Amino acid sequence: MIKQATGGWTGKILRVNLTAATTSVEPIPDEWMREYVGGRGLADRYLYEEMDPTVDPLGPDNKLIFATGPLTGTPVPCGARYMVVTKGALTNAITTSNSGGHWGPEVKFAGYDLIIVEGRSDKPCYLFIYDDRVEIRDAARYWGKGVHYTEDALREELGLPNLRVASIGPAGENLVRFACIMNDKHRAAGRSGVGAVMGSKNLKAIAVRGTGGVPIAEPAAFMKALWHMRDKMKDDPGKKAFGDFGTAATIDLTQSFGALPTRNFQEGQFEEFENLNGVAVRDTRMVATKACFACTIACGRVTRLGEHADKYMVNMHPRNWRQAGEGPEYEAAWALGPDTGVGDLDAVLKANWLCNDLGMDPISMGSTLAAAMELYETGVVTDGQVEMPLRFGSAEALVRMTEATAYREGFGDELAEGSKRMSEKLQHPEVFMGSKGQEFPAYDPRGFQGMGVAYATCNRGACHLRAWTPALESSGEADPHGTEGKSEWVVEQQNLSTTHDATGICLFVSFAGATLEMMVPLVSAATGVAYSLDDFVHIGERTWNVERLWNLKAGLTKADDSLPKRLLEEPHKSGPSAGVTVDLDAMLPIYYQQRGWDDEGVPSQEKLAELGLGSL
Amino acid sequence: MQMLNIVPEKCTGCMQCELACSWVQTGMFQPSQSLIRVNVFDEEASYAPYTCLQCDEAWCMNACPVNAIGVDSSGQAKVVIEELCVGCHLCTIACPFGTVFTLPETNKAAKCNLCGGDPACAAACPTDAIEFGDAEQAGQWFEEWGDKVHSRYLEALET
Repeated sequence: MIKQATGGWTGKILRVNLTAATTSVEPIPDEWMREYVGGRGLADRYLYEEMDPTVDPLGPDNKLIFATGPLTGTPVPCGARYMVVTKGALTNAITTSNSGGHWGPEVKFAGYDLIIVEGRSDKPCYLFIYDDRVEIRDAARYWGKGVHYTEDALREELGLPNLRVASIGPAGENLVRFACIMNDKHRAAGRSGVGAVMGSKNLKAIAVRGTGGVPIAEPAAFMKALWHMRDKMKDDPGKKAFGDFGTAATIDLTQSFGALPTRNFQEGQFEEFENLNGVAVRDTRMVATKACFACTIACGRVTRLGEHADKYMVNMHPRNWRQAGEGPEYEAAWALGPDTGVGDLDAVLKANWLCNDLGMDPISMGSTLAAAMELYETGVVTDGQVEMPLRFGSAEALVRMTEATAYREGFGDELAEGSKRMSEKLQHPEVFMGSKGQEFPAYDPRGFQGMGVAYATCNRGACHLRAWTPALESSGEADPHGTEGKSEWVVEQQNLSTTHDATGICLFVSFAGATLEMMVPLVSAATGVAYSLDDFVHIGERTWNVERLWNLKAGLTKADDSLPKRLLEEPHKSGPSAGVTVDLDAMLPIYYQQRGWDDEGVPSQEKLAELGLGSL
Repeated sequence: MQMLNIVPEKCTGCMQCELACSWVQTGMFQPSQSLIRVNVFDEEASYAPYTCLQCDEAWCMNACPVNAIGVDSSGQAKVVIEELCVGCHLCTIACPFGTVFTLPETNKAAKCNLCGGDPACAAACPTDAIEFGDAEQAGQWFEEWGDKVHSRYLEALET
């Protein structure tokens, strides 16, 4: 008999073994729910407990965990998130990839906190969940199809217009190392190749319909805390900016600090940035703003190409370019824009839409292409190897190579391996701009020094979502080029954001007037477990250390907490960040010290005991 | 006289109204039980919350054979009197807008009752796409919006 959780959590796991074609429902140990809150933390703990970290990420022994938090599916602003936790195909490290939309809440309404997928199906299949009814079904007719088609066709096949679908596109099927899992057509658990892991299991999609509800343990306290948070967010300028301009507004910020990586991090500013920023998107291509489930910000941009739909028709992919699509978000706009030197919004949009429909991470896509472009410009990659010149700024190459990568056609087969593997194969590993095998997102650490240590130490490889130092460095609170205080701040933020991820709430609420402090009473009231802010910091730290231990067991070492030589030794020649390099040697030891880790980055026994991890 | 004034153009599809309504109905956050539904037209980038319009001449009320649908004391809402409802589903068929439901648990009719004069959906809407206000003001957005949708339709026909 499974114990019924009082609120927030459902207390149940759906375990699916694709090798044996079995499904089962299990209870979650009470103490784990308390100690890890949910989402990322809980899934990390399961992965640590159940899986050998040295397995091949694309083999049947890798596990793929989908995890919601206690506030997923509640009206707490932006309570839409779920986390995909697995061994990353791109990184060989633990990965925690987050997505919004409506799929996560639907899993919760169907009655599950976590879905753990194990093994490998011998033929393409999809998982259908309708509350208690769970079926592994044949996906032959969806294999090879894009995300849009798959989602619409599944709704039709199952006769459920309210069905929510998380699926992979051709990129995931073809084991592109940075394939994503897409849900609600335009939302992505984007990074580290979680889609390739799903593809390796022959799992095309998870289609969910949930008719249940999320109960709340202490309704009065919950509603009070909910409206407190909503009131604080209501007129917040950050929220307004996100709503008005979307995340692409960040382009102006990074440009002004010389921290907008351009042409594979060779420069820190992009001359055509105004073609791609939030104002340009809003004024020229946006037709509506769109919210994820329970979101009061609505940073999503619904865009339409209109009469520009016929530009760059170099691809064969049968998408209807007249329909509305979504994006670009800041990261996609950067990777497909400045990083490849392309300043044409329509080309960026098309590449972005292709990434969405084919199921690929636009950050890694753009960044890998940028590395290839650098190699082409320097003559390492020759015309004989590529179907078209890979010159920086080539809009045609951007759109076509995006498609070619998903299908592994021609040189796309090299790009599909990601920047690190590709550049090593071509014997120029120095053009790989990333950490732990994962391409950097859109902040140049030479413009925001703190991002250097944030990138190098993130457990899932280079990531901007664990500690976003521009918050500190662009506001005048700290010198953007200095190292002082950065490591300490990064540790603190990593801990806070980790617990934030565990709740099921979007990280963006913290840029829109809400704080983690406001969420503590919400989680407490929803679950009936009395948490404090200190508990939350502790939970974040515990989770971070579980991920670190996992990575160490997987074979990662201090050498993986590193940055490419370009950031450490080659400063920009002009702009606001001219002359600055990243002083990781100064920041990393302080970081380890703050974490209570030894000189090699291994958590000390005292630290583990303090976190209740002594037995791991 | 007040009514729900819904402006689809302002809706972002966040489902806060469904969450709020289900909270009133079931004491849980359970959109499947909401009496207001957000219709999503993804390709058209359009989201339309809709619920009972509280018709002057309410067909559900006229259709009910046991007079289980009445007018509340404010005169603004048509409400189901659960004790009288026999679960015949006639109201759900009579409603031209499809906004009367029957609950599987009780087999009784359920429809929007304006929460007794303080609709939770309107309070929850973050973009003022749903407002509870003067009935005379309602629907003023419709003409302009209709033109816009129509031109989009024409554009789609051309392609």
